[in-house]
Amino acid sequence: MGISNIIFLIVFAIAIGFFIRNLNRIIANIKLGRDIDRSDKPTDRWKNMFRVAMGQSKMTRRPVAGILHIIVYLGFLIINIEVIEIVVDGIFGTHRFLASVLPIGLYNFLIGSFEILAILVLVACVIFLVRRNIIRIKRFWSKEMTNWPRTDANLILVFEILLMSAFLVMNATDSLLIAVGAEHYTTSFSNPISQYFQFFFSGLETSTLVLIERFTWWFHIIGILGFMNYVLISKHLHIFFAFPSTYFANLNPLGQFTNLESVTNEVKLMMDPNADPYTAPPADAPEPESFGAKDATDLNWVQLLNAYSCTECGRCTDNCPANHTGKLLSPRKVMMDTRDRITEIADNKRKGVEDTKALLGDYITAEELWACTSCNACTDACPIDLDPLGIIMDMRRYLVMEESAAPTELNMMFTNVENNGAPWQFSAADRLNWKDE
Amino acid sequence: MSELQVKTMAEFMAEGKEAELLFWVGSAGSFDDRAKKITKAFVQIMNKANVNFGVLGSEELSSGDAAKRAGNEFLFQMQAMMNIEVMNAYNVKRIVTTCPHSYNTLKNEYKGLGGVYKVQHHTEFIAELLAEGKLKITGNLNGTKITYHDPCYLGRANNVYDIPRELIKSLGVELVEMKRSKRKSFCCGAGGAQMFKEPENGAQDININRTEEALGLNPDIIATGCPFCNTMMTDGVKAVNEGAAQVKDIAELIAENLL
Repeated sequence: MGISNIIFLIVFAIAIGFFIRNLNRIIANIKLGRDIDRSDKPTDRWKNMFRVAMGQSKMTRRPVAGILHIIVYLGFLIINIEVIEIVVDGIFGTHRFLASVLPIGLYNFLIGSFEILAILVLVACVIFLVRRNIIRIKRFWSKEMTNWPRTDANLILVFEILLMSAFLVMNATDSLLIAVGAEHYTTSFSNPISQYFQFFFSGLETSTLVLIERFTWWFHIIGILGFMNYVLISKHLHIFFAFPSTYFANLNPLGQFTNLESVTNEVKLMMDPNADPYTAPPADAPEPESFGAKDATDLNWVQLLNAYSCTECGRCTDNCPANHTGKLLSPRKVMMDTRDRITEIADNKRKGVEDTKALLGDYITAEELWACTSCNACTDACPIDLDPLGIIMDMRRYLVMEESAAPTELNMMFTNVENNGAPWQFSAADRLNWKDE
Repeated sequence: MSELQVKTMAEFMAEGKEAELLFWVGSAGSFDDRAKKITKAFVQIMNKANVNFGVLGSEELSSGDAAKRAGNEFLFQMQAMMNIEVMNAYNVKRIVTTCPHSYNTLKNEYKGLGGVYKVQHHTEFIAELLAEGKLKITGNLNGTKITYHDPCYLGRANNVYDIPRELIKSLGVELVEMKRSKRKSFCCGAGGAQMFKEPENGAQDININRTEEALGLNPDIIATGCPFCNTMMTDGVKAVNEGAAQVKDIAELIAENLL
């Protein structure tokens, strides 16, 4: 084992260590949410995950972005087989380890496919950059897409382009080194794409070629390790969380909202003629939960998982009738705010900093919440079944049931429903008048 | 219009009989002048097909949909539980309604509170009557151009997209689709209790945006299946280009063309 193998091991261990620590932090943040039971219908849940997350069924509703995304997604999944080889080579000082254990035909097929995917991913990422920065597609430039979300998206794309380039350059220089018979470089492989990159490096000294080959090798693996860690502070977390988010998604009809159980108990008590309204709860009873959500910790863990899974693609906002007609509401912003707020709460807790903010008010205003028509365009549009509407509704519930802060007209509607069983001021006795009119 | 035959569940009970199904009229269908016409058209259809239905009349309360979407879960559950108590006392098994909001909450949200019913939207029910041969319509509205606006609570919320379209087509009309239709349909702006409040500040009202899209197809009729959508689109047509098209419920279209 040489010095480079030891360096590799150290870098690898640190990267994995950091990744695990930070992933655990995010999982702990998600667990700050309230409980919700999504253990039912496991078969349907697996099916939903396979169809929506793995099968990308909702991505392809917009064919251009959908197909480009599938290319990047498949490229990412398949090229990562190459990482196995890089890690083994890095630890044991082998070169192209997989070639020694796989039939040569299969190895050639794999490397050949990786190269083709690499160039496709590269082209797709360039198109994505053009869409974001040159064509400037509207949903990537709306209000909540401030400096950081836009930079985040571009960084990821540039990162991918660099990684794919490094892989192709590595293979190109490797082939050249084989051709000149350099030491260690004896494993030939299929190079359908990188052979066209050889042109840039032909004529270079063997030592320079080795330097470039080694540099791109290190760049590729350190890049991947770095990327893996970057993902945890980025919207790109969806590459992991899209899977649990689609598994734990709401599988009920979109129109079915939850019936708050805490409310059911109270209403049943009110309607029970035998209940004693003056009974005090037992002294050791836990503090009752608030109705609805004021802060991110009042949301359930699936909603928080959703927030961390959001890729800020903006399809929800693009389809939102309120947003489309210039109202403040943006479902994407609701998801982003929820994520930023739960992260802030957790960070403050860890640091012991006093926290006086709340999701409602400091991040999301009542005006945004009251603009929603509950039409489900956002939930239907989300490529990974996230549910901004559920968060909006929970915050409305808090506004109404804890703060009595509904708009005046809605308070009048409530009064009418309460008094005469209709949202307008008509007497229940007149309900059948239409028959004889 | 011939005399409407409507009996309440209480009248059925007094006669010692039971209705086959309950027609949930809904608050809009009972009190809103435009929606009452839809109610009557649907009753006319049921009378024609000799459907043995009852209504709750003064015993019906708001379904609670608007209260729930506005965040008042208390009020919703109180309404729901009182309605369930009444319906279960009448041994209601099957409900039909002309309001997708009532349809959604009765079908999906009442069951968790003890009210389990087979709930149908009136378009689903009419389609059944036609399929069973209990109802016949003229299919000769040739030359009439109709576009259909999907109510969110029927479409995206409950995946009913095709039945209303099939009913429209059965009238022999030309059905033209808006670019934003079915799952991509654009809301009329009334859902989520918006019906009962002024819209928040913005560049445009949602119903205007939607009406402009519909009128862009130059239809004779904008058809829909929801009393709230009907109001929003009717107001929209008045504001955008009064008289450019009629806004009608599918029940009205069917009732006008009964054989």
